[in-house]
Amino acid sequence: MHIPCPHCGDRDQREFSIRGHAVGLDRPEGEVWSDDWHNFIHLRENPAGRTEELWYHGGGCGAWLVVERNTVTHKVYGTRLASEGRT
Amino acid sequence: MANLTAKTAFDGTLPIEIGAVSLTEMTHDSITWIAPHKGQMAKVSRALDKQVGADFPSPNTHQNGVVWFGPEQALVLSKGLKRIAGAAVVDQSSAWAVCALQGAGAADVLARLVPIDLRDSTFAVGAAARTLLGHMNCVLMRTGLERYEVMAFRSMAATCAHEIESAMTMVAARAETH
Amino acid sequence: MRLDGKGLIDRDAPVRFHFNGKAYNGFKGDTVASALMANGVKLMGRSFKYHRPRGVMTAGSEEPNALIQVGAGNAMLPNVRATVQEIFSGLETSSQNHIGPLDRDLLSINGLFAPWLSAGFYYKTFMWPRAFWEKVYEPAIRRAAGLGRMTREASPEESEKAYAFCDVLVIGGGPAGLMAALTAARSGADVILLEETNALGGRLLSDGEMIDGLPADIWVAETEEALRDTGRVRIMTRTTATGVYDGLIFAAVERVGAHLPHTANLPRECFWRIRAGQAVLATGALERPMAFPNNDRPGIMMASAVRTYVNRYSVTPGEKVALFATNDDAHRTALELLEAGVDVAAVIDPREDATAIGDYRLHRGAEVIGSKGRQGLTEIKVRHGSNEFRIEADCLGVSGGWNPTLHLTCHQGARPIWNPDIAAFVPADDAIQGLHTAGACQGTFDTSGCLREGISAAERAIKALGKRVRKPDLPMADDQAGGHSTLWAVEGKGRAWLDFANDVTTKDVKQSAAEGFQSVEHMKRYTTQGMAPDQGKSSNIGALAVLADATGRGIPETGTTTYRPPFTPVALGTMGAGAQGKGFAPERFTTSHKAVVARGAPMIEAGLWYRPSYIPAPGETHWRQSCDREVNMVRNAVGVVDVSTLGKIEIMGPDAGAFLDFLYTNLFSTLKPGRVRYGLMLREDGHVMDDGTTACLAENHYVMTTTTAAAGQVMAHMEFVAQGLRPDLDVRFTSVTEQWAQFSVAGPRARDLLNGILDTPIDDDTFPFMQCGAARIHGVDGRLFRISFSGEHAYEVAVPSAYGDALYRDLVARAEALGGGAYGMEALNVLRLEKGFITHAEIYGRATAFDIGMQGMLSKKKDFIGKAAATRPGLLDDDRERLVGLKPVGPVKELTAGAHLFEPDADSTRVNDLGYVTSVGYSPTLGHFIGLGFLKNGPNRIGHHIKMVDHLRGVTAEVEICDPVFFDKDGGRARG
Repeated sequence: MHIPCPHCGDRDQREFSIRGHAVGLDRPEGEVWSDDWHNFIHLRENPAGRTEELWYHGGGCGAWLVVERNTVTHKVYGTRLASEGRT
Repeated sequence: MANLTAKTAFDGTLPIEIGAVSLTEMTHDSITWIAPHKGQMAKVSRALDKQVGADFPSPNTHQNGVVWFGPEQALVLSKGLKRIAGAAVVDQSSAWAVCALQGAGAADVLARLVPIDLRDSTFAVGAAARTLLGHMNCVLMRTGLERYEVMAFRSMAATCAHEIESAMTMVAARAETH
Repeated sequence: MRLDGKGLIDRDAPVRFHFNGKAYNGFKGDTVASALMANGVKLMGRSFKYHRPRGVMTAGSEEPNALIQVGAGNAMLPNVRATVQEIFSGLETSSQNHIGPLDRDLLSINGLFAPWLSAGFYYKTFMWPRAFWEKVYEPAIRRAAGLGRMTREASPEESEKAYAFCDVLVIGGGPAGLMAALTAARSGADVILLEETNALGGRLLSDGEMIDGLPADIWVAETEEALRDTGRVRIMTRTTATGVYDGLIFAAVERVGAHLPHTANLPRECFWRIRAGQAVLATGALERPMAFPNNDRPGIMMASAVRTYVNRYSVTPGEKVALFATNDDAHRTALELLEAGVDVAAVIDPREDATAIGDYRLHRGAEVIGSKGRQGLTEIKVRHGSNEFRIEADCLGVSGGWNPTLHLTCHQGARPIWNPDIAAFVPADDAIQGLHTAGACQGTFDTSGCLREGISAAERAIKALGKRVRKPDLPMADDQAGGHSTLWAVEGKGRAWLDFANDVTTKDVKQSAAEGFQSVEHMKRYTTQGMAPDQGKSSNIGALAVLADATGRGIPETGTTTYRPPFTPVALGTMGAGAQGKGFAPERFTTSHKAVVARGAPMIEAGLWYRPSYIPAPGETHWRQSCDREVNMVRNAVGVVDVSTLGKIEIMGPDAGAFLDFLYTNLFSTLKPGRVRYGLMLREDGHVMDDGTTACLAENHYVMTTTTAAAGQVMAHMEFVAQGLRPDLDVRFTSVTEQWAQFSVAGPRARDLLNGILDTPIDDDTFPFMQCGAARIHGVDGRLFRISFSGEHAYEVAVPSAYGDALYRDLVARAEALGGGAYGMEALNVLRLEKGFITHAEIYGRATAFDIGMQGMLSKKKDFIGKAAATRPGLLDDDRERLVGLKPVGPVKELTAGAHLFEPDADSTRVNDLGYVTSVGYSPTLGHFIGLGFLKNGPNRIGHHIKMVDHLRGVTAEVEICDPVFFDKDGGRARG
């Protein structure tokens, strides 16, 4: 699989590592344990199909990416920088 | 008072020449990491141009010894930089093992180690990449039609030289049989 | 027997090689199979189960029978196909899977037990008595089973791996592939053309056709020239595409040195990973056999293989050749044999309407129902209606039609489609996006069609790339696909083989169906059909046709088994090329490496780093002697250790303090320039990620240290937090681990030592505990930190790595002059244990701040990563396993890491488990073993005695629970 890094262009998957669903960017407000925190830390959608994931270009430029990808076909629809947030 | 003797990263293990390709250690008086703070890019780029004759590099490029090093980061390979306002600046002169791979077949040697497309259409002279060399992080620059510079972590200099030498050896053996 | 005037072998280049110890002559361009054939050798191996004599069956990589061992000594490689291996001078080969000589295999006795060795015999035969399995059955089966033998030593022949990129990858160098490559290259694409054999042309080199008025091999040579002229085509012969992966990445194995005498440094094979913009599959088709009784004798082979041996290798597999074929194509083989001067015994064609196209004897509507000849065919038995008669022949060419070589189209889960018109499976449309099929691999069997489809497949690829298509002229070929019928198996007396490699017969498949294993996937596993090295390339379709018949279903309903990579077997040494020895992982060396190695220090791995375990002094014979001495040295004088492996990250910017506050549980924005603070980092789930010190070098300028083990993880975490969670913060950071060589100088004489090398001496006022700052060391700009991981008065001194080697040697020499010296990891560990300092042995991923007694470091004044989760009631429960110190108090004086803790009177079982020991060491300072561990409600049980049990090492000891800090509780030594 290749992943198009917004900085570096099309790169081999071996340069990246995955962190999980892009919901990891939606850190809840509040410093006290809550349902929101429980959802954020423990609950993940695991769709067979299109999903958004966080990938780290650690073998390249060091950018964190949101990769929109199909978990069934492995097709990558597109990527953007995690610093741009979730849209 | 005793003096401390400096050692280079490859510590005398280079140069090596195998077949048509050579691997030579590159030493720089100074290597500086520079990362402009928010909103300071234009200003820093001008200051950089004044000192080393190159703008802050755009992604995947190098010019006049200034190489892109990641999002809004660059390495300056030259003599020491004077202070540049508006940027984080860190001395990395000792951090890198830098070597030049040169000769007909240099690209074939890299194709055994580096998972990126090295064709002219995507990696022409002036191109740079942060990528992998085997299992190691590296900075790769194309500095000539048959010349590349590789930067690896200093602690991994021995592995870097070993990996490149192995690839050089096999590429040279192929060239001899064809 | 050699033929005259044909073929692509180089008669001016004779080659001498060995098979089973005997020397044979061949020519450059021969495979082992063709050369042995030319020498009259028919027997090339033994079958897997019954050890039946077997000869060559095909002329390509699909070969099920002629599997040989190649090479001598540790370079020996098993299961190489004799039909692929090219000969060279000095080549050593041998047959496999027999005991005793090949022609008198002792295990051929298995054939007599055939009635008991049928499908599923493993499951039925070796069931009882149960104890027999391990002692009798398994060793016996292991000895008899398997094909080749392994040497069990590393091969001296290396392989390599490489990456390649192209706009269009063309797989297959036959007519379709050649036209595809030419079209793509002329349209301006970078092309890689893969050809499995040693020359372009595919079947054109075997079939003796005319193209554009030229003999096919001349046309191939001209086309190759045209391809080279474009300057855009990289032609890779001897290269097999073995798999296709996500994103049009192909694996391909190139035989680089496998066909040459051993040459120093020349890789045997190269494992290519090719990224293609688009790809054209032009892999042709594989002829399929028919099952008839005793169809496995040496001399019985594919009709197309007969043609290949005659036309490409200039050798005839027999002097009297018969053909058994369901299609017109095989009749042309008869013609070409006649042309070559070979006697055609007869053509047997099951079609009533078949017509002879030359001067040979044709038996229409007839079938071959048997064969004779102990180690090579001597005659065949033919049935025509109720007539049965024998025909003398030493070779029988069989053709049951063709199966498209569509394997790669199925590597990502697509299933092939049954095409009744050609009675074959063809690739599904768009089975793999960007992979376009052309020619015989999609069921187009005439050369004109292959040439045309090569162009059109490339056209689709070029359009997908957004380039303009420039088509070459379509060459003229005059052949036609011809008529055919379908026959899978002939009924008759005797075993009829489907899978030659694994000895699966039609009876086995029928039995499988009768015993309920009716799904094709079940049948495969029950009978082992298609599970040999050839993966059933020529036999699977026939087997499923027999299964369809046995179950009363059609072939499309029966379906195929799953096609998986690799298409042909790949040696593990090729797949893992470069990863052995030093290639396995990078080695990271500190600048002090050479100095400690020169002192005889055994090195231990810490991640990728190498660090000295201890530095032996003359006369020391046991590591504990060295370790105890080094600990005492630090406690009483001064010791030096390289700590450069710790992660060092420089952090700068207006929001650097706020960033650290968010990363660490405790406050850092309040840290003054010149001061150092210990920090604790959590994961968002409230468990400890890492710990370390961070120094404030100047306003908005910090340097953080991480543990050696977690340096990479912490860096990735910081990038995530900065980019993903707090892009609002104006902060920049980068690793400076490589820039600084950093040494700990620890012990009561540490400052005395340092003041000998600092340009400006220090004292307690200018440099108190937890102070940091720039320093000039022997005139070199460096950094100094007064921090301690030993509990002693200690510093870490850093210089640019270029000076590391020199400084380390100087520090050690000075330490020795002060009664101290270098110390290693063992002593470092004991020193920190005496002080109760934690490492990743304690913060191993499940421990919370509360568990390690650091809940006081969870700031209430600010948010930080892990804050919300760390306050969960379950993570603050007194009864959690929490950090304690341990010391032995009974007769057993040893503690062991990994041991578990139990009440003294409880059974040492899982349900009674109270905790475990994480780190231990012998403290020369205290004169006994000490340990750290986690114990339920530990801090409230200090002073109690419990039982430590190490089930693995068989150690049981009575231990006292104590405070984790064993030595200098108030920390006076580090401050003083």
